[in-house]
Amino acid sequence: MATHATHAHAHAHAHAPVKRYSGILDWLTTVDHKKIGILYLFAGLFFFLVGGIEAILIRIQLISPMNDLIPADTFNELITMHGTTMIFFAAMPIIFGLMNAVVPLQIGARDVAFPFLNALGFWTFFFGGLLFNISWFIGTVPDMGWTSYVPLAGPDYNSGVGVDYYVLGLQISGIGSLLGGINFMATIINMRAPGMTFMRMPMFSWATFITSIMIVFAFPALTVGLVALMFDRLFQANFFDVNAGGNTVIWEHIFWLFGHPEVYILIIPGFGIISEVVSVFAKKRLFGYSSMIFSMVLIAFLGFMVWAHHMFTTGLGPVANALFSIATMLIAVPTGVKIFNWLLTLWGGSIRFTTPALFAIGFIPTFVMGGVTGVMLASAPADYQYHDSYFVVAHFHYVIVGGLLQGLFAGIHFWWPKMFGRMLNDTLGKWTFWTFYIGFHLTFFVQHFLGLLGMPRRVFTYLPHQGFDTMNLISTIGAILMGVGTVILVINMIQSWTKPKGVANDPWEDGRTLEWTISSPPPEYNFKQLPLVRAYDVWWKEKMDGNREVPPAEPVGPIHMPSPSILPFVMSVGLFVAGFGFMYKLHWLAIAGIGVTLVCMAVRSLFDDHGFHIDPEEEVHA
Amino acid sequence: MSAHQHAEGHLPHEPEKATLEGRNKVLGFWIFLGAEVVLFGTLFATFIALRHRVEDGPDPAHLFELPMIFAATMILLTSSLMSVFAVQAMHRHNVKALIAWLYPTVLLGLSFLVLEIYEFTHYVHEGHRMNTSAFSSAFYTLVGFHGAHVAFGILWISLLIGQLYKKGLTVVTAPKVYVSMIYWHFIDVVWVFIFSVVYLMQKVG
Repeated sequence: MATHATHAHAHAHAHAPVKRYSGILDWLTTVDHKKIGILYLFAGLFFFLVGGIEAILIRIQLISPMNDLIPADTFNELITMHGTTMIFFAAMPIIFGLMNAVVPLQIGARDVAFPFLNALGFWTFFFGGLLFNISWFIGTVPDMGWTSYVPLAGPDYNSGVGVDYYVLGLQISGIGSLLGGINFMATIINMRAPGMTFMRMPMFSWATFITSIMIVFAFPALTVGLVALMFDRLFQANFFDVNAGGNTVIWEHIFWLFGHPEVYILIIPGFGIISEVVSVFAKKRLFGYSSMIFSMVLIAFLGFMVWAHHMFTTGLGPVANALFSIATMLIAVPTGVKIFNWLLTLWGGSIRFTTPALFAIGFIPTFVMGGVTGVMLASAPADYQYHDSYFVVAHFHYVIVGGLLQGLFAGIHFWWPKMFGRMLNDTLGKWTFWTFYIGFHLTFFVQHFLGLLGMPRRVFTYLPHQGFDTMNLISTIGAILMGVGTVILVINMIQSWTKPKGVANDPWEDGRTLEWTISSPPPEYNFKQLPLVRAYDVWWKEKMDGNREVPPAEPVGPIHMPSPSILPFVMSVGLFVAGFGFMYKLHWLAIAGIGVTLVCMAVRSLFDDHGFHIDPEEEVHA
Repeated sequence: MSAHQHAEGHLPHEPEKATLEGRNKVLGFWIFLGAEVVLFGTLFATFIALRHRVEDGPDPAHLFELPMIFAATMILLTSSLMSVFAVQAMHRHNVKALIAWLYPTVLLGLSFLVLEIYEFTHYVHEGHRMNTSAFSSAFYTLVGFHGAHVAFGILWISLLIGQLYKKGLTVVTAPKVYVSMIYWHFIDVVWVFIFSVVYLMQKVG
């Protein structure tokens, strides 16, 4: 690192100053991980609101038997758009938002390994999500369910362009997820501060690392599945056309080969956030740090081995079902280890019930319930009863909303002051927690019983007097309450901007990790001097040793920064345009769009980015 | 150290790993290849599942002409060997030799691609099209994905040759050359699997 600074001195004035932008162009061209994190967060929250409105419409349709508010076709569109939006365009980007905002700070890095790719990842996600959601305005909306099973999604049963919006939207945003995964893996392996060994790394960074590995090995399977489906639909290929020798079960395998790791890709960052928050607000070292890491690794590994438990009723046979059943049940073991570690971290701690702490503590019992129903579903014979019923809906909402989303809400409240320099109001935060938490359990707890009573999922209405009526009413009331909680969160965010900037470096006062050692929001270069890490929970240790700061690992010197670039934005627009070209059989448009992207790649390769230098000392004096 | 030496006009021993940017690029590219393994693995799995679904299309045992495929295989393997010499030249800091080895790398890759295009057009005339059967769809998708990777590699390495003329061998260009060579080897390895699984197995089975 010292070398870098020397090099910087030699070249400090060698190149013309890089053009820097302000206002909207600054956001379109930024390669700063903190700004990209903010973009991810707000784009994700936007899609979360869209998916939330879809959810509330679904629940309003189901409020009473034989309700005719929403026609059956529209209902199918709503459930498809809700599921896909929430997974790919709300949960994933909010996770990437927090990773971007926090991970480089936690490991003591000035940026991610590939700032340019980071921006490209955001814009491809954004335009993929935009493409997908534009289907609402063009009139043909995907309506085959978020799993897009064939032959329903094939050209014979779905001849409109609806499914194409799904295929191309996910394909384009999938590029972004893959780039993000590669980027964070490389960042965490190569860019840790001196002394930040793997076994001193904060849990959220560990979770990011493991999730990134899973992204890298899971997303390409989805890419192939989507390509096969796209070829079937656009070029009359026969992957899934049984009449021409195709096989529909292949889609199920490929989709879940991606899809099951995907749910762990979602929950593992949640685990990481909960670990950080529990430890800070219990004022205790995380119990069982290394077993936490080991259990996450094990969950990730097993997560790739269990995809066929989504297919127990497909008819793979008793041997396959038994193996996948056992493998699935095994996952409960490392997950149980994590639950007990969180409980034992809280045990005997001096707990402060702030908003993030409430979400983290609320997470534990909720996630346990989702886990228990998971083990129930893992039992293949029993699954024949639960399959495609509301029991499944209850299960996965318990793990994804009660688990991941509560983790994300905890993380947003926890790191908001670090990202924006302003606190979220704790009273409003508690209102969010209680309305959302009670609303969540009202919505989904009863759905277990609806499922056991035999209510199938994905039906747009039901007959009265089957014992479904009251529970559906309760469920809808709960969904509206969750909506209220979300609105309070948005109000809380807006009101935080009315306050002046300038919270302390360590606004929760009990921060344990490196991000709390620098100003809120951090300077563009994060660390004036890279820190020297001497322990796990480095900032806590230095505080306990009576130090006011973490010792530096290098002298102060000019810091090299990458130049902003509009290319990631243009490349993503190219892919977006090409998507429409493919969908509407305008081949010239598809070629032009891909061409724009390829030309941008060549331009990026031909013109070296020399970047620019910031001298932190000069900035202080200026 | 390394960056300083570069400033004085000396290249470090392994210029591709001399800077943090270079090391990031090499590591990131290996990770990307990990993702590519899954991509091709899924394509192979799909192909193996569908390879007997020939339906009314031409029988692959008669369709495939092994001598030409073998020639294509040798061309691509040789191209990969050229890229090994290119990297060795790069490690000797010999830009002229590096460029001289990159030319046959690209040209052999190009001839492979021409052969493949000829092969595909021949198949189409024989009635083996994308929409003939599940086998044909899986065949064109798997082999076509590989072909597209070769085409991209040709464009990429050609672009790098131009950059080497203009910018010379520096700690900026060296990692680019290095990762493109890893990519080229990877494409080669994938082809070895295609040759075995698609062509040889279809002849035997």
